[in-house]
Amino acid sequence: MKLKKKIAVSETGFIFDPTTGDSFSLNPTAAEILNLLKDGKNEKEIKKEIMAEYDVDESTFERSFLDFMAMLRLYNMIEEHEEN
Amino acid sequence: MEKKHFERPIIKKLQTGMPNKFGMKTEYEPISEIDGASVKELVANYGSPLYVMSENTIRETYREAYRAFSTRYPKVQFAWSYKTNYMNAICNIFHTEGSWAEVVSGFEYDKAINNGVPPSKILFNGPDKSEKDLEKAIKHGSYIHIDHFDELYTIINLTNKIKERPKVAIRVNMDCGIYPLWSRFGFNYENGEAWEAINRIMLSKKIDLVGLHCHIGTYILAPWAYGIAASKLADLAVAIEKKFNHYVKYIDMGGGFASKNTLKGAFLPGSDTCPTFDQYADAITTALINSPINHEHLPVLMLESGRSLIDDAGYLVGTVLANKRLPEGKLATIIDIGVNLLFTSFWYDHKVTPAQQFSHHTEDTIIYGPLCMNIDIIRENVQLPPMKKGDNIVISRIGAYNMTQWMQFITLRPNIVLIDSKSKAHVIRGNETPDNIMKNELVPEHLKKFEL
Repeated sequence: MKLKKKIAVSETGFIFDPTTGDSFSLNPTAAEILNLLKDGKNEKEIKKEIMAEYDVDESTFERSFLDFMAMLRLYNMIEEHEEN
Repeated sequence: MEKKHFERPIIKKLQTGMPNKFGMKTEYEPISEIDGASVKELVANYGSPLYVMSENTIRETYREAYRAFSTRYPKVQFAWSYKTNYMNAICNIFHTEGSWAEVVSGFEYDKAINNGVPPSKILFNGPDKSEKDLEKAIKHGSYIHIDHFDELYTIINLTNKIKERPKVAIRVNMDCGIYPLWSRFGFNYENGEAWEAINRIMLSKKIDLVGLHCHIGTYILAPWAYGIAASKLADLAVAIEKKFNHYVKYIDMGGGFASKNTLKGAFLPGSDTCPTFDQYADAITTALINSPINHEHLPVLMLESGRSLIDDAGYLVGTVLANKRLPEGKLATIIDIGVNLLFTSFWYDHKVTPAQQFSHHTEDTIIYGPLCMNIDIIRENVQLPPMKKGDNIVISRIGAYNMTQWMQFITLRPNIVLIDSKSKAHVIRGNETPDNIMKNELVPEHLKKFEL
């Protein structure tokens, strides 16, 4: 579960995918999660960081995270198979 | 350190090439209060979903409409269209403002009487008036608006057994240059049917012809069409005077004014396209004043506006039940308001607003109701900020028809509250209980016992 290397993420919440030319916007929570993903953090680590910073319980975070990952997959931003 | 507010993470693809030249803003100002009453408190006290009516808005809208007409024409009388919203408290707000009652069934007629409306201030419209209804209306001296010849002859026959003279108007349908042409109600103007009906009434000598009525359609965006309709009714009034030396007391222009709701498929929002009361009033009163009607016998201008007077005053408050992601990536939000409670969602793109603060980030969302049916869609495409289970939403401009055309389906109908001018909430119809629904059901003896 890694973000594709080519995906460019700005700190303010803009994404550029050079393979398709598509741009995306993120809200602050999404930008933070995406930057953590880009740093190679896994779900457990991301959950810990977000729950420390935001007023959110575990189940709400997990539901939101699942949905967000589904959207990243839909936009083809996730590396489905680990590169050798 | 206080933790930050958590907003569900969202990613939105930026679309280029389809700019909106009108720059319509996405809905992200929350509605946290209705007339000073907190939405969250209303839900806590009266449950969700919840219909909320604003007394202030009803009175302000009525006064605005009355001003538009009464400043242009000397004799104006509104009659509240019961079918649009016949909650007794709502009807009584209109009656306290001076509105008569306009009813279309025996049930509505009895409701108006129970509300204390004098029978002589009830207009009885519609194609379905039983002989019993007609007899009652004649005896009480209400105004009966005749829809078809069968009704006219029923009334003529009733005059043989009732001593009171029926007071009637005829409903006239006509071509006003708009589509669709509502030809199913009343007598046609162009083919002479209306004139024929008038002659039969006048020659019967047993019935008083007191008015002429039309209702050219619904959600009419063309005020000038009312001008054409008023001219045609004025022509009939003049012809009656010429032939029978008789003056009708009123010309009833019905209703059909648009509300600020946006019709499905409309390019611009209803709030931008809806004509003002002044525009309708100008078209109608100009046509009447410029007509050949003798100015010393100007008829009362009667109006039966429903939707345009009540739509803005109604809100439906609901709660988010769940969010789910559809396979194509679209967000689906399920709320506890279904099409059974919001019948008008079949023809309007209702304004849906969260009841709590949100950021400016939005997602293209489809809003589903809770009914286990595919047709239960409240909005097919709406830009909404992220909401989570338990959040509240407010649907605006729902005051017309939803509290009369609602359906009891798989669940029970909720409370209706009225917010008065001091922001106090009053329940004006209590929520239904299972007993309300089942008390009229009967199970035959042989079906009472079974084993599974």
